[in-house]
Amino acid sequence: MNHTATARLGVELGAGSVQLSATGDWSARNALALDAAVRNAVEVAPRGLPVSLDLSGVDEIDTFGAWHLANLAKALAAQGSVASVTGLAPRFAGLLTLVGQASEGDAMPPPARWTPLGALEKIGRNTADAWASLALLVNMLGAIGDAAGRTLRHPSTFRLTSAIHHIDRVGLQAVPIILLITFLIGCIIAQQGFFHFRKFGADDYVVDMVGILVLREIGVLIVAIMVAGRSGSSYTAELGSMKMREEIDALRTMGFDPIQVLVLPRVLALVIALPILTFLGSMSALYGGELVAWLYGGMSPDIFVARLKDAISITHFKVGMIKAPFMALVIGVVACTEGLRVGGSAESLGLRTTASVVTAIFLVIVLDGLFAIFFASIGM
Amino acid sequence: MAIAADIPRIRVRDCVVGFGDRVVLDHVSIDVMAGEILGLVGGSGSGKSVLMRTIIGLIPKRSGTIEIMGQNQDTLSDEDRQITQRRFGVLFQHGALFSSLTVLQNVQFPMREFLRLPEHLLAEIAATKLAMVGLSRKDADKFPSELSGGMTKRVALARALALDPELVFLDEPTSGLDPISAGEFDALIRTLQQTLGLTVFMVTHDLNSLHMVCDRIAVLAQGKIAADGPISEMMLSEHPWVKSYFRGPRGQLISQRLQHASV
Ligand SMILES: Nc1ncnc2c1ncn2[C@@H]1O[C@H](COP(=O)(O)OP(=O)(O)OP(=O)(O)O)[C@@H](O)[C@H]1O
Ligand SMILES: [Mg+2]
Repeated sequence: MNHTATARLGVELGAGSVQLSATGDWSARNALALDAAVRNAVEVAPRGLPVSLDLSGVDEIDTFGAWHLANLAKALAAQGSVASVTGLAPRFAGLLTLVGQASEGDAMPPPARWTPLGALEKIGRNTADAWASLALLVNMLGAIGDAAGRTLRHPSTFRLTSAIHHIDRVGLQAVPIILLITFLIGCIIAQQGFFHFRKFGADDYVVDMVGILVLREIGVLIVAIMVAGRSGSSYTAELGSMKMREEIDALRTMGFDPIQVLVLPRVLALVIALPILTFLGSMSALYGGELVAWLYGGMSPDIFVARLKDAISITHFKVGMIKAPFMALVIGVVACTEGLRVGGSAESLGLRTTASVVTAIFLVIVLDGLFAIFFASIGM
Repeated sequence: MAIAADIPRIRVRDCVVGFGDRVVLDHVSIDVMAGEILGLVGGSGSGKSVLMRTIIGLIPKRSGTIEIMGQNQDTLSDEDRQITQRRFGVLFQHGALFSSLTVLQNVQFPMREFLRLPEHLLAEIAATKLAMVGLSRKDADKFPSELSGGMTKRVALARALALDPELVFLDEPTSGLDPISAGEFDALIRTLQQTLGLTVFMVTHDLNSLHMVCDRIAVLAQGKIAADGPISEMMLSEHPWVKSYFRGPRGQLISQRLQHASV
């Protein structure tokens, strides 16, 4: 075989019959040329005349070439021409029969195209999906509650080792990055405060702002968002790949409840870890604020602490901490629900992991807003 | 393409492969000639898949040489290696289908990449390849997660054969197929080998396939090729593992049945 070999299909119109002669290399690399040649021959050949197809000039046939020959025979038959084949080398006969049989059947349907109606349908489907997702979240919350109830009745079934392992992963191992980020956020808030408040001589109120903002809102929010991105995504990916490999089905057939074995320890670990991380993060942010106040704002640490004592009360601290476990629950429920929704493909794993992080962050912020209304109305 | 027929399509010399301190392949040497169907047998965990993956270049070897189509794989440039790789098809033991593509798209994937073909041709030819391995057109739009084990094997085979390769590696192609399909599969391999001059490196436990399609059989045991020859030689071998494999109760049964059939 050489790379320049070409494939041809010669057409000769005789009196009362048509002569087709195939020559050259009928293989994959000439598939495109063959397609054109076959179409041309079918067009040129007058309908209803007997056709004789001479294959003696063919050097090579692979499945692509064989498919084209089968296609040619089919098209001629459809035109009512009777085709007879001559000169077929015996070594190709088996392949031709095989491909001839295999290429029978209906034509493949053309791929779907974009239509306005299709776009509308997509919007509709996505909306329905969004509702279905919400229902799944509520369903998961219920299932977790149920599993928790069962575990309380039979404490020995609780997966303590697993829970502790996850507390280590989502809690302890997250401490350095959480401390670093909240520290930087504290610094930035204080710096912006001094920069703008100084213009009207309100330097002192920077401490109030940093204290209240960090304890009530920023501390818990930043930590929750970090945890959603860091641990929520890993929960989804873990459960999703277990789902893909039928590990979850295996658990179920052995009589374990995946919610109790996999989801409960994970969610519980988050509910325990997030308040601790929130506390550490808030302290780190306050420390960052204090440092900036000293180095940038020229306020000594003693004065900062004294002002902080006046500015904040235990209520502010409580408001932040009360929110933390609820946010953890939201993150855990979303992450595990999305994980168990993973289908069979790698793509769906990626899709669900993205959905998990985006949904968790969105819901955390919505929840924060609801809490703000709630605390305002009870005067906290 | 333009290589002499007497140069082995695959030539492995003194190949050593191990993981950590465990040596799986210990100075393995084996040749596969053009147009030959080689069956590789051996116990579970004896390193058959490892040998296949090493030849393909997926597992690094500690020493030895591997030549494919007369080219030493170690000295090839990346570009040349890719060109060589395009000339062989691989069926992995667990299918290794792309999970986010449909069955049809899986088969089209290599064609789309290496042949410039219009969409309708791609679809028709891929569907024909699927039909050749015994799948119907209504399975074409399924995703790999929706397939049965045997169907997965068939799609993987159709994908391995998508480009009409000169050399195919098959890791347990008939495991998980019902006996009828396994028989059809054997016939398909035979036909392709006869028409396309296909060279086949096949790992298999299927005694029927070994009898029906393999020109030569190599036995891997204790990290070495313990025996190597046509089935008739295997039936006479005194190597203990080979003996119990081919002349154990199941081996006896099948060889007797085949003898009756051919008489
Ligand atoms: N990536 C790997 N890391 C460590 N050990 C491996 C790895 N791949 C294979 N092995 C080991 O190499 C040995 C040979 O494995 P291999 O998959 O080749 O077996 P096999 O002969 O194909 O068996 P089977 O017939 O069951 O498929 C096994 O002991 C396996 O544990
Ligand atoms: Mg194997």
